[in-house]
Amino acid sequence: MKKKHSTWKHLPLPLIVFSLGSWLTWAQAVKPAPKNAAPSEKSATTVANPGERAFKANCARCHTPPEQLSPRITGTVLRHMRVRALLSPQDERDILKFLNP
Amino acid sequence: MQSIKSAKPKQTSTSCLAPAFRWAAYAMLLFASLASAQNTPIISGALGFLDSKNTGINFFQPVAAPVVVAPLGKHLLAESRFDLRGFYEPKNGTSGPYQGSFIGSTQYLQLDYLASDKMTFTAGRYLTPFGTYNERLTAIWIQKFQDAPLIFPIGTRTTGSSDGAMVRGVLVAKPLFHIDYIGYFSVSSSVAQFQAARAAGDRVDIYFPTKRLEIGTSYARFLQGTQNNSTGVHLWWQPYRFPLDVRSEYAHGPHAAGYWVEAGYRLSQLGGPYSLFGRLEPVFRMQQVFRNSPGPGDGLPAANTQQADFGLDYHFPHEVRLNTSYSRKFSATGNGNIWDVSLTYRFLFPMWRGHQ
Repeated sequence: MKKKHSTWKHLPLPLIVFSLGSWLTWAQAVKPAPKNAAPSEKSATTVANPGERAFKANCARCHTPPEQLSPRITGTVLRHMRVRALLSPQDERDILKFLNP
Repeated sequence: MQSIKSAKPKQTSTSCLAPAFRWAAYAMLLFASLASAQNTPIISGALGFLDSKNTGINFFQPVAAPVVVAPLGKHLLAESRFDLRGFYEPKNGTSGPYQGSFIGSTQYLQLDYLASDKMTFTAGRYLTPFGTYNERLTAIWIQKFQDAPLIFPIGTRTTGSSDGAMVRGVLVAKPLFHIDYIGYFSVSSSVAQFQAARAAGDRVDIYFPTKRLEIGTSYARFLQGTQNNSTGVHLWWQPYRFPLDVRSEYAHGPHAAGYWVEAGYRLSQLGGPYSLFGRLEPVFRMQQVFRNSPGPGDGLPAANTQQADFGLDYHFPHEVRLNTSYSRKFSATGNGNIWDVSLTYRFLFPMWRGHQ
């Protein structure tokens, strides 16, 4: 019983550290983005490219984008994603243009 | 051990495995040879090394999880994912020399027919679309925690994969919201590599792309032995303004119910997503399972269980990722600590050079 009590006692510590870290980064995140920010660092709501917006709204919800994507396989990847992520027809077209401009 | 076992694919002997892979390879090559040059078939997936210490028992799992995708003409797509892993643990439980076994599974091997912009028919072996975890997060290069949620077996019995047919697509696609649907039917199979239960079910999601908010429901009817229903609800929220991922699921099965809530926050605001600290991602998951009756063999904890998972993931360059986590489990059957470390490398290549 004593061991169980001590475990509970220490459990909140990582939670507090995690919460504090998240709060600090969130506090930075809510600051307005600089005007010269790279497109990839802007929020999707301010992204002008509909393909990039669609990519963030669909593919990036589960995984990070691949670092390199050969133009030869964008059609295959997109068809795979259409089935997996239930892409809408418009999103599919926009993402294809974005990946293979 | 419960959570780990639930995530593990069913063990099969290597002698049964070889014909399945051989036929799969033949089929994929046939499809690949018919694909057009602009849609070069791909081989993707991940290599990983997983280490876990679960309530005092340490084990290692080297994993290869290849994915092959091959378009066939304008309307067909063949795709598959395999999971090949070794499982090494001490011979005497907590001590002694390590002994290993080979585990292989075909997670999906399916042919998709893109009937229209809003409808796709799938035949073959596919991941059972109950909830979100099985379809979206079981890939080792995607998951933030090495272990599947405790409630993972609800709705995905018996193997997480189904053999049969599925229809899926987008019912409504407006700028402000999408409504997606999936319906499926699976036959019972005891063939090695293609084990599945007779079941049917559906999933319906409403997704708000401008908010990156998704709410959905799942239903599964287990149609063999004692028939029963499983239901589920999921909610995902990934705000655009900051790199927070919130994913959650609730599921109710015949003998238990439970939920998990996972939050991940990549520190990309600290110098960008590819900076030293921007590659860090602290993650947290809370999960509970409530047993309402004994369900031997259902893969769920035998008693009420609550578990808190604390993780720290690091996204290295070149698609390498290090996931670490500590979990504390509280259960009437015994409390315990789970330590996980995994290193994965994700790859994505054209199957051949093709044309630009």
